Amino acid sequence: MDTSIWEPIIYLVGIMAFAGLNAAYLGWCERKGAGHIQRRIGPKEVGWFGLLQPLADGIKLMSKQLLVPQGVDGILFRAAPILAMVPAITSMVAIPFSETIQARSIDLSVLLIFALASIGMMAVLIGGWASGNKYAIISATRSVSQNIAYEIPMLVTVITIVMLSGSMNLEEIAMKQEGGFWNWNIFPVAGESIAQAIIMPISFIIFFICSVAETNRAPFDMAEAESELIAGFMTEYGSMGFGLFMMGEYLNIVVGACLTTILFLGGWYGPFGFTSSVFWFLLKIYILIATFIWIRWTFPRTQIYKLLNLSWKILIPFSLAILLLTAVFLKVEGFLI
Amino acid sequence: MSDYWSDVINGTRSLVIGMNITVRELFKPVITEQYPHFVPVMTPRFRGHIELIGNEETGLPNCVVCGMCQRACPSSCITVAGEKPEGSKKKVLTKYILDFTKCSLCGSCVESCNFNAIKFSHDYNLASTRKEDYIFDLVKRLEEQS
Repeated sequence: MDTSIWEPIIYLVGIMAFAGLNAAYLGWCERKGAGHIQRRIGPKEVGWFGLLQPLADGIKLMSKQLLVPQGVDGILFRAAPILAMVPAITSMVAIPFSETIQARSIDLSVLLIFALASIGMMAVLIGGWASGNKYAIISATRSVSQNIAYEIPMLVTVITIVMLSGSMNLEEIAMKQEGGFWNWNIFPVAGESIAQAIIMPISFIIFFICSVAETNRAPFDMAEAESELIAGFMTEYGSMGFGLFMMGEYLNIVVGACLTTILFLGGWYGPFGFTSSVFWFLLKIYILIATFIWIRWTFPRTQIYKLLNLSWKILIPFSLAILLLTAVFLKVEGFLI
Repeated sequence: MSDYWSDVINGTRSLVIGMNITVRELFKPVITEQYPHFVPVMTPRFRGHIELIGNEETGLPNCVVCGMCQRACPSSCITVAGEKPEGSKKKVLTKYILDFTKCSLCGSCVESCNFNAIKFSHDYNLASTRKEDYIFDLVKRLEEQS
């Protein structure tokens, strides 16, 4: 590997630019998507098709006063928005965008990304706690119970993938899925056993539902349920504090989509096996992000106990069953074939 | 146990149905009115403030200054004045002032008119910062329209 000083700098600039662009324009996409699903237009006044709207929002947020209310825990209150955004950007370091575009190939990159995602959840907890506001604290506790509940099926699903690929390195997991869609983990018909191909789509759905819940998005946005908690952990935040939380949310979506793409959808490999490039990777993550937006504007918010029931009663048993079956299929060669 | 499975299956089905509905809505044309850019046309029975009806040939007001509308108005927002030109039998309208600040759009004036002289206009862009803007001179308005 080239060890020149320019490589890390280029990756740094590239990741920052990618993150910034996504954080800004996913907000625009979300508002446009929401608009058209409700048969409105969405942002349209600022620039062509409202494309300068994120810029206008950014200027507005930055020019507002950074208010720290009385009675909050000053240090934690200021740290929380930063903590919401930093882990999301950091985890992009370990994500392979294509065979050649990866800032750092880390052996345990799956583990690293999940560790960072947990820190992102800490931002909600700290923000809620530091606000010293009852709504914020309720929101923080909700968010923690939700995240714990959904991290289990998510990680169990990841263990299934790790067992199939024999690696915890995202790059190697993606390389294992080289070729057309019949090699991808979502539907590995070309794999060892057909039975595996039947259970993997369920595994994919579980992982996807969990990543929606992990990123605190509707219908699982219990942490910021406006109707009951004002804005949850963000109640006391204004100006760029709020802006950073929003950007953190969108970056978490991007990371979630990247992970889903690498773990299940064959990373940067084209669907028919002859091409592989960063284009396919980006196409897949943006299709997944569009699905995130689509889900958000389709389903109303659930209730907290239903949310936990879904995880403990359905997702966890299913993911454990899939894990067990995968272990059996791997051990018993040619099972059901 | 069978409840559990039917819950899972029906739940998944309803999610798919819901997403199917929204994706179809996504590709339908927008139905909101883009108000300041495209001004919608009001329906024929829209009740705006009143305006005078002009004679189709001459363009002069149909009004004969009988004063029925002025009397019918419960909030007395209408002031009508006319004069009899020399050699003419009929009165000619010279002044028709509508004080829209008091008008409640009840329509009694239009009902009371026997000469087809007033109607509801289709104007609704009436926002203003000055009270005087709502004292409408309907004779002048009719002249401007023709």
